[in-house]
Amino acid sequence: MRSLVTATATELARRLDAGEVAAREVIDAHLDRIAAVDDSVGAFLEVTADHARARADEIDSRRAAGDDVPATAGVPIAIKDLFCTTGIPTTAASRILAGWRPPYDATVVRKIADAGLVMVGKANMDEFAMGSSTENSAYQPTRNPWNLDRVPGGSSGGSVAAVAGLMAPLAVGTDTGGSIRQPAALTGTVGLKPTYGRVSRYGIVAFASSLDQAGPIARTVEDTALLHQVISGHDPLDSTSIPEPVGDVMARLRDGVDGMRIGVVNELSGEGYEVGVSARFDESLRRFESLGATIVEASLPHAPYGLPAYYLVAPSEASSNLARYDGTLFGIRVDGETSAEMSANTRAAGFGVEVKRRIMIGTYALSAGYFDAYYQQASRVRTLILRDFERAFADVDVLVSPTSPTVAFPLGDKTADPLAMYLNDVATVPASLAGIPALSLPNGVDEAGLPTGLQIMAPTLREDLALRVAWAFEQDLGFSPIPVGHNTVAVP
Amino acid sequence: MSTPWSLDGFELVCGLEVHVELTALRTKMFSAEPIDFGGAPNTRVGPVSAGLPGSLPVVNGAAVEAAARLGLALNCDVAERCQFHRKNYFYPDLPKNYQISQYDVPLCHDGWLEIEVDGDDLRIGIERVHMEEDTAKSSHEGDTGRLHGADRSLIDLNRAGIPLLECVSHPDIRRLEEAQAYLRELVAIARALGISNARMEEGSIRCDANVSVRRPGEEYGTRTEIKNLNSVRSVGRAIAHEAERQVRLLQDGGNVVQETRHWDEDRGVTETLRRKETLADYRYFPDPDLVAIVHPAGRVEQLRASLPELPAATRSRLVEVGVAASQAATIVAGDLVRWFDEAASMGAAPDAIGNWLAGEVTGQLGAAGLEPADSGMTGAHVGELLGLIADGSLSNALAKQVLEGVIEARGAKSPAQVAQERGLEQVSDEGELRAIVEQVIADNSDTVESIRGGNDKAIGALVGQVMKATRGQADPTLTNQLLRELIG
Amino acid sequence: MLAQLAVTDDEVAGWTDELNKILAYAEQVGEVAAEDVSPTTHPYPLDNVFRPDEPGPVLDRDVLLAGGPETTDDRFVVPRIVAEE
Repeated sequence: MRSLVTATATELARRLDAGEVAAREVIDAHLDRIAAVDDSVGAFLEVTADHARARADEIDSRRAAGDDVPATAGVPIAIKDLFCTTGIPTTAASRILAGWRPPYDATVVRKIADAGLVMVGKANMDEFAMGSSTENSAYQPTRNPWNLDRVPGGSSGGSVAAVAGLMAPLAVGTDTGGSIRQPAALTGTVGLKPTYGRVSRYGIVAFASSLDQAGPIARTVEDTALLHQVISGHDPLDSTSIPEPVGDVMARLRDGVDGMRIGVVNELSGEGYEVGVSARFDESLRRFESLGATIVEASLPHAPYGLPAYYLVAPSEASSNLARYDGTLFGIRVDGETSAEMSANTRAAGFGVEVKRRIMIGTYALSAGYFDAYYQQASRVRTLILRDFERAFADVDVLVSPTSPTVAFPLGDKTADPLAMYLNDVATVPASLAGIPALSLPNGVDEAGLPTGLQIMAPTLREDLALRVAWAFEQDLGFSPIPVGHNTVAVP
Repeated sequence: MSTPWSLDGFELVCGLEVHVELTALRTKMFSAEPIDFGGAPNTRVGPVSAGLPGSLPVVNGAAVEAAARLGLALNCDVAERCQFHRKNYFYPDLPKNYQISQYDVPLCHDGWLEIEVDGDDLRIGIERVHMEEDTAKSSHEGDTGRLHGADRSLIDLNRAGIPLLECVSHPDIRRLEEAQAYLRELVAIARALGISNARMEEGSIRCDANVSVRRPGEEYGTRTEIKNLNSVRSVGRAIAHEAERQVRLLQDGGNVVQETRHWDEDRGVTETLRRKETLADYRYFPDPDLVAIVHPAGRVEQLRASLPELPAATRSRLVEVGVAASQAATIVAGDLVRWFDEAASMGAAPDAIGNWLAGEVTGQLGAAGLEPADSGMTGAHVGELLGLIADGSLSNALAKQVLEGVIEARGAKSPAQVAQERGLEQVSDEGELRAIVEQVIADNSDTVESIRGGNDKAIGALVGQVMKATRGQADPTLTNQLLRELIG
Repeated sequence: MLAQLAVTDDEVAGWTDELNKILAYAEQVGEVAAEDVSPTTHPYPLDNVFRPDEPGPVLDRDVLLAGGPETTDDRFVVPRIVAEE
């Protein structure tokens, strides 16, 4: 049982494909693990045990019958509760969608099913993906498997906690301003935000349409690449989906970094970052040099304006995307004398504080008289950041920075100060605004034993490059993703 | 030549906003959900038009082409680059609580429409033609079934997402007749392009009027928007009423309030829509889910070259081959061009076709409450009918009866069939007719004497007698000829 | 309110400070000289993404209505749109 839940997805696939283990065994092992520890972690809003067992049995029959079954069939996966899953509650961790069962699947969900990956549950998150700690979930907080008094980061906190807590080897999350990368950094896992448009957004409950991107989460770079290969690719149901073929992401995964130029972003490194974070980052740079890469200075002059720009663009788009939640066609309803009253009452009761805050900011930023100074100006800054990246990539292969200025902080620490919470995204937001791929992987732990993360940013469409750099680093570092330290989740 | 609308020194300033539903398309504007006007409520809906969480729009390429063609037919420039915007407002018939539309970069802009009113040719400027999606349909349950006083409302999403083209004119209209001519011409163009059946009664073309008044030479006055105009006639009546209302208001020292007003056809008045119409802030921003639409010059030329014959050109063409101008206008406006062309290709004389289509055919279809497209009739029927007249098988009078029969059968029977079934063939056989004429002469000796005495007109009475004896089927020309021959 | 949120006076009072702080922070974008820069709405350059005019599947009506908070057997129900006088 231990070996099944600590194994990587790649290893499980090998064993499943070779007939060494049945899908049902694998799934049962993970469901047992969830039953044993999720009460203390809170990674899942819904554990889809019956669904998972049925799928596993089906996969085993088909393998037994000699059918053509993908090698990955039977590997468990956690799915952030932002992805529409037919007939299975999809709440975006909000009261306003309590019990809502979508009548259709997200494209990503369909691709996951086609690859034979088995959904074991819908993962917790910050409500409507708005947050950096998963404390904004309307249902429950999620606790960091590395220290149960601390946050796992957000908004994909449940997804990373499921993986870090050995409840699934794979998870799919979404990243709008850092919501895969930052929680991955805080939980010692690997998370990738692909190029905007690489992965279909069809069926993903929208937060900020020009920024949202689904991405893979795993304990190893190879597994991350494997899942990215499954979920990425053009989708005619999403107008912003990139037509360019993804290619074989793993073809050059193991090519190493010898001779590569790695740029350290001036504006995103060191100042205001926790001691442990900065120390591990500096060591990471030395490690790259020892592997044959050249470390150079790089600059993204407008990066400091990234977070302010993000907190105008994202809430603006969100205020429009969330207008549909009004008790008319789906979700909960709170009555009123008129339909306008009914919708205002429904929204007041159904949305949490952070969501309301962002709707109000976004409404304001789009309103007549303010549109140009706020939304438009932020969109212009976005162009400048894009150009900064283009200029930087002309000189280097990839750019690096610490993923997050902090390690996992205690629950409740930043909930009283929204701005302090927003600052968690200061390093991740520029890549989101530019739409370029960016990945986080563990680069050690701080003096208290809490994981720190390294961010690798690559040019548009070059997820393969980010993964290759990450793999070389990971192999050399030898970080163990099994939580160890003070107050961790029970380890099998 | 008539004069502009005027009342106590005030002139009319009017612009029209016309929405055209692309009924010729098979799917909605932003999703592959089928368009079907007959469907039971909520049976033509998918995640996208229901605005379900996670749904995303994808543009219907055929709708873009239709929009560009309408713009070109209206002499507009087609934007090299245009974008969809979100128009944000809350209303129960708007599933997403925003409508995907176009804002400051519409597909087509700066065109004009030429109309003719009482012998005057003039141009009404067109500001823009843009694309958007239609809203859902709400019906209201209460005492009156109207919005006001309802207890609750019911939503049918079938219509949500149907492609709409919005055409906005400049406020160049100065006469009621201009507004009506503009609308009629727009209808004819939409039909000629084959993009919409453009029927006001069905709502596949909708018209709102922006109305203001001013003393000539002064700044534009405050305008009101008039909605619920369901026919070309209503458009004229409503504009007239509203313009007068505004003049009286100003004369009484009041101010015109910028608002939306509802036209009540039965009572003949406009009234304030009680829904709060404070200057709405729609918070337009480019829709991040939809990428730009680009039309390079080459593509625009391709589209322009592909335009069919437009109504103005059709009217000219018909006139050139001998159809009276007013008849040509009726034929084009009445959607009868295809029938004309088909009948002409069968050899019928253009002026005869023109007479029949503009006259009897239009009249009988109208009486039966049928549009040509719904009648089951074809241009071949018309051609055949005219052929039977030309070869003497039918008189004009009999042909009218045959036409009735064809319409009644919804085109399932040809004119020849109807004539045969009803025994309506003209009696042209000289021998047969001669015998009847002789009999009539014998029976009407007084009248015959009168004619021989110089009262030529009395021959009509004898013709009538022959008609009576032949149940109206005697060939009138031959009858006249025989009577004169036999009377002497 | 444009955001269609029913908020109490207490809530508004409590939030005004926070909202002002956040907006003040976001207003930093105004420090950037960008008059000649065109705004970015789509980070990846695509245009003319179209779909053919071919009908596809629809949702079964019962399935569609099943998600609705209040429905008749064929339509969604909402309270009166215009207030009673």
